[in-house]
Amino acid sequence: MSDIKIQIDHFSYTYGDEPPVLRNITLNVRRNSILTIFGPARGGKTTLLRSLNRLTDIDEPGKRQGRILLDGQDIYAPSVDVPSLRRRIGMVFALPVALPMSIFDNIAYGPRLQGVRSPSRLSDLVQFALEAAALWDEVRDRLDSSALALSGGQQQRLSIARVLALEPEVILLDEPTAALDPISTAKIEEALITLKSEYTIVIAPHNVQQAGRVADDAAFFLMGECVEAGPASQLFTVPRDRRTEDYITGRFG
Amino acid sequence: MKERLIGFLLFLSALVSLASLAVITFFIFEAGLPLIFKVGLGTFLESSAWSPSGKNPQFGIASMILGSVWVTLGAIVVGVPLGLAVAIFSAELAPPRLAAIIRPVIQLLAGIPSVIYGFIGLTILAPLVRTTLGGPGLSVLTAALILGIMILPSIVSISEDALRAVPRAYREGALAVGATPWQTIWRVLVPAARSGIVASIILGMGRALGETMAVIMMLGNALQVPRSPLDSATTLTSNIGLELAYASGAHREALFATGVVLFVLIMVLNMLANVLTGRVVLWRTRLPVSRSIFARLRGRQPAGDRSGS
Repeated sequence: MSDIKIQIDHFSYTYGDEPPVLRNITLNVRRNSILTIFGPARGGKTTLLRSLNRLTDIDEPGKRQGRILLDGQDIYAPSVDVPSLRRRIGMVFALPVALPMSIFDNIAYGPRLQGVRSPSRLSDLVQFALEAAALWDEVRDRLDSSALALSGGQQQRLSIARVLALEPEVILLDEPTAALDPISTAKIEEALITLKSEYTIVIAPHNVQQAGRVADDAAFFLMGECVEAGPASQLFTVPRDRRTEDYITGRFG
Repeated sequence: MKERLIGFLLFLSALVSLASLAVITFFIFEAGLPLIFKVGLGTFLESSAWSPSGKNPQFGIASMILGSVWVTLGAIVVGVPLGLAVAIFSAELAPPRLAAIIRPVIQLLAGIPSVIYGFIGLTILAPLVRTTLGGPGLSVLTAALILGIMILPSIVSISEDALRAVPRAYREGALAVGATPWQTIWRVLVPAARSGIVASIILGMGRALGETMAVIMMLGNALQVPRSPLDSATTLTSNIGLELAYASGAHREALFATGVVLFVLIMVLNMLANVLTGRVVLWRTRLPVSRSIFARLRGRQPAGDRSGS
């Protein structure tokens, strides 16, 4: 099996008549690694993540060029079933989404949609997902209470757990800790590092420090372009591009 | 000075509408209550003997209440699935251009005079019901089918607003875990918009319950408890509409008393709807998070964001 999980091949994305949000991106995501996409706002990070599981399909129709391959298969091929693609590539958003139902139902939500009915299988999945998202110990006694009562940090781990319950192959996280306090952030980062043994993770962190803490690989995005990509250890210490260095050292952004 | 004058005039207009409600309430109750006390509320509501002008007048409106209930429920059975389907289609599935056509067209239905609906029911639907299903044709079924169409505007517009007000994050959260669009609608959006949808149904009930002209034309106006949807019946409204012109004395009072019953029923339904829609508002303001998601996504995709509600 190839070491490359996702291959982004000369990918561009344009909304309407505006300048492209993504320009000719070529980037590989290695299996069982964390790739962090970082850079200042409006650099195209979110659009890239949304393109990876085709959430861009539900936006205003944009123009797409180039390809994105998952395990060598073009995800935009006409034969692709979009819901099942989104189950393989799960997405966690910046602001936690607790659906208005109980904690258990929030997690069991995805599996149920896939037709999992067996109560024992569901509760196994819920426990597994909550444990993996480092939330189990805090909520094990109140799985039946409303998820809306959880704190922001807990809701975000709930969102991660909801994605994990689908047993996806890839997890996308868009600024997953933007709305969280440092302690919750640390918990989520720990969880992510544990998770990468099973999953391939792409994260767009909201600051460069987080990018440095969790990443195996990193890509610096500026104004829709991928300025530089490579192993995090190299990119954060000896960046090749001047703009990357300026951003990392805090000269702009 | 001018500002204050305008403000005062507007305040006065508001006062006039409030005052007219108060006056209407007062007169209906003043004219109707004495008879209810004389006959007794229990007898008035539970007896189906209505012979208001004989030597031994009897005032029981049970058959009319049942007629109203049957017709209203029938209208709900017809109008709710249809209205909900239109609302879901227009809010979630239709391309924006098509939705922009559907909305005003449905609203147009509200502008058609009820006598026209009655006319269509009388001349087209009633004969059809008579020949295909039997019975007199002028029946609960005929009235319910037409009323179901008449209440569509209330149901569609309020349900659609409620669906559009569901935070976009719910929609994306569901889609992002691999829900099909249909699963997203049925398991997330409709439950989240539930209170608005229920309110729309209640308002539709109020409209069906209060409709008079079309019902007079289509229901056959038989003073009997309907035993089947193919029977003729009379409703609270149609009885008032038919008899008030020649009623006098106790008969007249009894019609006002019928009005009191109707008034109370409609008020209860309206209040229920207000409470429920009020809850939608409360519930949305309690979630500032969803608001900021709207703002964020809008900032990111300026080209006519579809969720802009």
